[in-house]
Amino acid sequence: MITLSHYLLVSAALFSLGILGVMTRKNAVNVLMGIELILNSANINLVAFSRYSSHTIDGQMFAIFVIVVAAAEVAVALAIILTLYRILSTVNLDQADSLKR
Amino acid sequence: MTMAFTDIFFFVVATITVGSAAVVVFSRSLIYSAFSLLFTFFGVAMIYVMLGADFLAATQVLIYVGGILILLLFGVMLTHRLYSLNLKTETFQIIPGTVISLAVFVSLAMVATRTQWNSVPGKEAMPTTEAVGNYFMNEYLLPFEIASILLLVALIGAAMLVRRRTDV
Repeated sequence: MITLSHYLLVSAALFSLGILGVMTRKNAVNVLMGIELILNSANINLVAFSRYSSHTIDGQMFAIFVIVVAAAEVAVALAIILTLYRILSTVNLDQADSLKR
Repeated sequence: MTMAFTDIFFFVVATITVGSAAVVVFSRSLIYSAFSLLFTFFGVAMIYVMLGADFLAATQVLIYVGGILILLLFGVMLTHRLYSLNLKTETFQIIPGTVISLAVFVSLAMVATRTQWNSVPGKEAMPTTEAVGNYFMNEYLLPFEIASILLLVALIGAAMLVRRRTDV
């Protein structure tokens, strides 16, 4: 019998994997993939609670808005990454440290 | 009998989703990461189907697989010299990243398993497309319009950021 906890566990696993990707990868595109994993895990939580707890589709509406924001975010983030590549000729985030010096 | 089949299906989908997400995070090759992200997005769409969110599953496939994943692949292709075939990614901050990620997972898993959730599933899954459309045109009309303005702003902003500046 699949309960709410199973969905929450899958979502927790996706969330922590996303955090691991965001924190440990040097490549900016890979960091972006980690952020997508985090957003997907939040969406799973929203839809699971709307199915099991609230019995309305308000959670699904929130998930749709999260997808819209994710699409806008990835477009702007890729523009920033391309600009970074044009300036530094690399997308490794540890080399974009000109504010430190 | 049908419940057992649903359970097996859930565990297969959960394994595919989490396993391909692990490949996304742990793989050294950017191309492998991008292509296993495809399986993660499809697995999440399957989970939406099991939760009775059919419109959301179709949206997930259309926008994540058809849009965001293609954009990420563009990002990989445009920021590396393809003839070098050196699409490796390096890692840093391994120990703090692992510690924080494990702490987050353990705390979230304890909350998910130890809380007494009000977990009575709703009535049988119905097509949600009509209800979603009604919500968009009634309760969620203002967020809907704001989302369209957000998309326009993102479109113009992304084009502004990547244009070649002849005058500054």
